[in-house]
Amino acid sequence: MSHYKMLDGNAAAVEAMKMARVKVISAYPITPQSSISEKLSDLVDAGELDAKYIRVESEHTAMSCAVGAQLTGVRAATATSSVGLALMHEILNVASGCRVPIVMPVVNRSLASPWSLWCDHQDSMAERDSGWLQFYCENVQDVFDTLLCAYRIAEDRRVQTPVMVCLDGFFLSHSMQKVLLPEQDEVDGFLEEYIPKNAYLNPADPMVINDLTPTDEITEMKFQQAVGFAQAKVVAGEVFADFEKEFGRHKGVVEGYRAEDADAIIITQGSMSGTAKYVVDKLREGGQKVGAVKIVMFRPFPHEALRQACGSVKKIAVLDRTAGLGAQGTPLWLETKAALDGDVDVRSYVGGLAGRDISPMTIQKVFEDLHQEAPCDEVNWIDCKDDPMHLREVPLHV
Amino acid sequence: MFKIETTANRFIPHGVSACAGCGLELIIRNVLDVLGEDTVVVIPPGCSALFCGFGREAGMRLASFQGNLESTAAYAAGIRAGLAAQGNDHTTVLGFAGDGATVDIGLQSLSGMLERGDRVLYVCYDNEAYMNTGIQGSSSTPYGAWTTTTPGGKATRRKDLLSIVMAHDVPYCASASVAYIPDLRRKVQKAKDAPGPAVLHVHSPCPTGWGCPPAKSIEVCRVAVQCGAWLLYEYENGKITLNQKPKQLRPVSDYVKLQGRFRGMDEQAVAALQAQVTQHYEEMLHKSE
Amino acid sequence: MRVQLEQLMTTPKSSEYKTILGPCAYVFTSSNTGSWRIERPRVDFSTCIQCGTCRMYCPADVITIHKGQQPPLEFQWDYCKGCGICANECPKHCIQMISERSAE
Repeated sequence: MSHYKMLDGNAAAVEAMKMARVKVISAYPITPQSSISEKLSDLVDAGELDAKYIRVESEHTAMSCAVGAQLTGVRAATATSSVGLALMHEILNVASGCRVPIVMPVVNRSLASPWSLWCDHQDSMAERDSGWLQFYCENVQDVFDTLLCAYRIAEDRRVQTPVMVCLDGFFLSHSMQKVLLPEQDEVDGFLEEYIPKNAYLNPADPMVINDLTPTDEITEMKFQQAVGFAQAKVVAGEVFADFEKEFGRHKGVVEGYRAEDADAIIITQGSMSGTAKYVVDKLREGGQKVGAVKIVMFRPFPHEALRQACGSVKKIAVLDRTAGLGAQGTPLWLETKAALDGDVDVRSYVGGLAGRDISPMTIQKVFEDLHQEAPCDEVNWIDCKDDPMHLREVPLHV
Repeated sequence: MFKIETTANRFIPHGVSACAGCGLELIIRNVLDVLGEDTVVVIPPGCSALFCGFGREAGMRLASFQGNLESTAAYAAGIRAGLAAQGNDHTTVLGFAGDGATVDIGLQSLSGMLERGDRVLYVCYDNEAYMNTGIQGSSSTPYGAWTTTTPGGKATRRKDLLSIVMAHDVPYCASASVAYIPDLRRKVQKAKDAPGPAVLHVHSPCPTGWGCPPAKSIEVCRVAVQCGAWLLYEYENGKITLNQKPKQLRPVSDYVKLQGRFRGMDEQAVAALQAQVTQHYEEMLHKSE
Repeated sequence: MRVQLEQLMTTPKSSEYKTILGPCAYVFTSSNTGSWRIERPRVDFSTCIQCGTCRMYCPADVITIHKGQQPPLEFQWDYCKGCGICANECPKHCIQMISERSAE
């Protein structure tokens, strides 16, 4: 039977990978992902996980190893953060282009520069066009549950696409929470043994994978990937429903909270979604009809489900943990704006960069701003200090 | 399975788009011939990627993967681990890459693979420049050689790949040459049977990039060995064995004058190259004793 | 192009095949590299000792030795690129490169 355990987000990710019976692990330590690498190597060393651990010398190699290993017909595991994910960038596209359904936890951390150890979504958002599915987690239970579902979704023949499961660095990765864990046999019932359903490396049945491809076929191969993304929306719904049946916890690609009758809603991703719900409750107590919508699946972007969750609400704030420099709005705002009708007032907010706490006050400020008239096309840097241009005043050398 | 539309003696078809006189073609034929069909091959972009194929047409009939320039050894290590996790310890995992993908951009992942002791056979065919992209200099380009990015002749010595490999204390590594096929084949067999990582560094003539007639490509490589510009040796259980120990090395000018890429070298530069070659040969003689 | 999802099944068109998504090569074939040839090797069979040196060094692997038969050497002209390595390496100097035109 299922049992409770106190785990942080990284440990929950490790539990999920272990129960998915990964066979090859290639991971390179990086804050705040490191304890995933450590715990996996501990499990292999102790004989609790029947897998090969490759102590790689970089994230580029970690992802290359994972692709090579999974092509031989096993589940491969790796995990990373921040600049580590950026170093993987080249091979992320190989994994998705060759349809290798690797599942990888990404412990979100800001992307240098400036150097930071702390959470925002710049790292995974920079990979939003890499051909991977992306899911964002709200809490530690969510990390475990989403990873388990991610294997099913990635490996479904209709999807055949790798998945990033994003968890906020420190806010989730190092936050101890009570997690309900299923037994191994329950997981085995939910997630079948891995068999390669697409290309594979087997000397007894050889083929050449990933050779140079002529122009007259690449559009079609990209279309194949687009079909995989379109199917992922259907498959995610099926898998989440199945997950709820097996384990009793509801999951959706988009989850609304008191949004049905709201006048204004805030759209969030990741751990700030819990804070948003808390603020919604508080404001509702004061008579404000507000709601929240959490985007669980960012790739493929569930625009139909988002439209449904937003209903007829005409005032929407999108709070993004990434700057989206140079665009008209932040990445989540762009997706939301495109999904909703033109008469909806959708505003773009940046907050919580590089570990800056998104407190209830921050969310409250967003709602206050949303009630102001004169919608503004500019991105609103909601938690930016006054006078940001004079952070450094360095003495002149005379 | 492959759809067979042509005859071939072994794993590579006769008609492949390697340049006339290319040494790489001869090397890969021999390497794969010795290894046999129980092999998984990783090849990065570069001239040798033509053996992966184009579109649906394959340039070899073996399980293979075209990787990325940095990570031939990494893909191979992952494949080895994946096979091992399924109880397969018999398949040979071959990384087959040029000098750029080995001594430059791929050196980090190669070093990682060697240090971890992953059982991968890594073959570097060394044509001493980035030939597939149009003859740009690599860190394997010899002193004095013209390339499109060393238009005045390369000012520095080449990087010594096998010294780096030996520093990882691998069970087996060796240099080889396309001009010495039986020696190459023997070394491939030894590397295949090595209990850990093994590296072969094979001199591979490029008539286009070296500026020699295609017919002369084998001869050029033979003269390289006779001059000491390319040494044939093996490293096994911590011991170096020189396979060719000419009592008297031919002057390096015999090698230089066969190739257009050295045409810009003056007497002084040739003398400098001669000094490097002699010194390296004497060092290796000493180490092998 | 807009295609209904229902139409996009990944099942193969015939039971003899499987569908592979993404880049993959499976047709083992040859190019007619013989068309590159400007010169071709001509062997003086009276001096050829059938030692196999030419065969060993032929990059395209197009030479077959028929020991004790006439002719003792056979080239696959569809693929011989005419590089001339066989002529250069022959220890008996019995291979000569001649213009492709004069061979016709």
